[in-house]
Amino acid sequence: MTDRLPSVLIIDENTTRASIIEAGLSAAGHTRVTVINEMHGIAAKIALHEPDVIVIDLENPNRDMLENMFQLSRAVKRPIAMFVDRSDKEAMQSAIDAGVSAYVVDGLRQERVKSILDMAISRFNAFSRLERELEEARGALEERKVVDKAKGLIMKSRGVDEETAYKLLRKAAMNGNRKITDVAESLVMSARLLGDEGK
Amino acid sequence: MMTELTAGFLPLTDSAILIAARERGFAEAEGLALNLVRETSWANVRDKLAVGQFEISHALAPMPIAANLGLTPFDTRLIAPMALGLGGNAITVSNRLLGEMQRQQDFELLDARRAGEALAKVVFAGKSERRKPLQFGVVHPFSGHNFELRYWLSASGVTPEADIEIVILPPSLMADALASGQIDGYCVGEPWNTVGVARGAGRIVTTKSSIWASSPEKVLAVREEWADRDPQTLHALLRALYRSAEWCGQPENHSDLAELLSQPTYLGQPASVILPALDGSILGRSGPAATPDFFQPHSRVATFPWQSHALWFYSQMVRWGYVEHTAHHAGIARQTFRPDIYRSVLSAIDVPVPSANSKVEGALSRTIAVGASSRFLYLGPDGFFDGAIFDPDKLDAYIESQKA
Repeated sequence: MTDRLPSVLIIDENTTRASIIEAGLSAAGHTRVTVINEMHGIAAKIALHEPDVIVIDLENPNRDMLENMFQLSRAVKRPIAMFVDRSDKEAMQSAIDAGVSAYVVDGLRQERVKSILDMAISRFNAFSRLERELEEARGALEERKVVDKAKGLIMKSRGVDEETAYKLLRKAAMNGNRKITDVAESLVMSARLLGDEGK
Repeated sequence: MMTELTAGFLPLTDSAILIAARERGFAEAEGLALNLVRETSWANVRDKLAVGQFEISHALAPMPIAANLGLTPFDTRLIAPMALGLGGNAITVSNRLLGEMQRQQDFELLDARRAGEALAKVVFAGKSERRKPLQFGVVHPFSGHNFELRYWLSASGVTPEADIEIVILPPSLMADALASGQIDGYCVGEPWNTVGVARGAGRIVTTKSSIWASSPEKVLAVREEWADRDPQTLHALLRALYRSAEWCGQPENHSDLAELLSQPTYLGQPASVILPALDGSILGRSGPAATPDFFQPHSRVATFPWQSHALWFYSQMVRWGYVEHTAHHAGIARQTFRPDIYRSVLSAIDVPVPSANSKVEGALSRTIAVGASSRFLYLGPDGFFDGAIFDPDKLDAYIESQKA
């Protein structure tokens, strides 16, 4: 019983991020992991699950409410303290940088919790990376759309097929030592300014 | 070379002095590149001050006191060398509760005494009918909101916890919680009262300025270790914030300030819900019927960190069981506010500054001119609605008198 891994409650309104932390904890052998995405009735949910560790994202505006609840401990039977309070400054710094915070029930040995926080930190960071990549992918998609639009403009004004239009675009880019997307963008822009677009 | 400085703030109208300092050139004029980071909770502000992501922050006045008393996580010592204005909070109740209060007793909105009496009658009628106790929201246990709400209730004969429940909610969620019936009222800073009224969720029944005139609300919280290490930057900041407060206080700047605060990176709310706190049209009445002392960023020495304000908050922490009263604790609370720093920095640029560190709260029933280090200062009124006096030299007796 005593060497059972601590139960973890993840409070994160971002369902994707919550599930990647959950997956990480499961992979590390945690069987008692609960995710809450919805703040409504949070006190009752905490009372029901009686978690040993609570992981919460820093963007959640309800941290003040939760901390107050932990202190009053009417909803929680065991006193809950902030984990990083007792930890080293470095752990604190990296948790805050990652955008996550953790609370633990009093009396839980620190080394049993440290790995959970470390996991949360690395998953939060991985999620931020993923978001950045997604943002870039979205940008790439936008670029392709611009090139397609520019090709369409050339096809119409020059009366050429798609392949020729693309070659013209590439040639213009090479001559000007510019990226194809940049040339395409300025073409679309100028067409828009001259009122050619959509005609 | 500009000195970089990062401050946290929460989206509230009383973050105005920091925002205007950055956006209207007051920080720059002092050689400061002031970065402002919007936070979602006071817990985040506390954490980021602790790890040094922020050297300074917009903070609830009792927060640095609680930190120095060891009542919050981390052992970061904080000081408050400047206040960020007086007033700015209000108490909003649901339309249903307002109706019940008015059925019990007729009262003018803002009249803290009569509104309190009406609420007490509703509470006791509810008790005799064994109804579920009313629930009021505040933003944080160590906040002016919590302490002024509790003061108002107690002085009206209602015992917090026993007769009425007080819950913690983030400011931005108050209006929705009120509209959905989760809570019956709340005490919060602007613009969140006006937002609640604009959404039709409730009405403002009284204000912080009616409960305790010219009362403290937010302060500039500064890591003591940083203040000791880099006094030049701190001094430059205090000068910049003072000039910014002057600008914020001038009526001709109010609409510009409301527009500025409304930007998505700051409050992200329409200027129309921000302006009432600035021009005093908090009840929708402008002109002579307005309440110009509702929020004061500058006049009545609004940025001076009175140690009597720190001690009053301390007395309420004792009153509600957050800390035990000892002379040592009282000393920590008093010394958290640093009028000495404020005085030395601002008197050097010929700003009139009070020569005392404390005043008797509730002694002034109207505005009076007092002698200062140079020229005159206009103070008060600073009375509590129930006529009680807080004399910081008689702290023990005050605490004793408030015991149940």
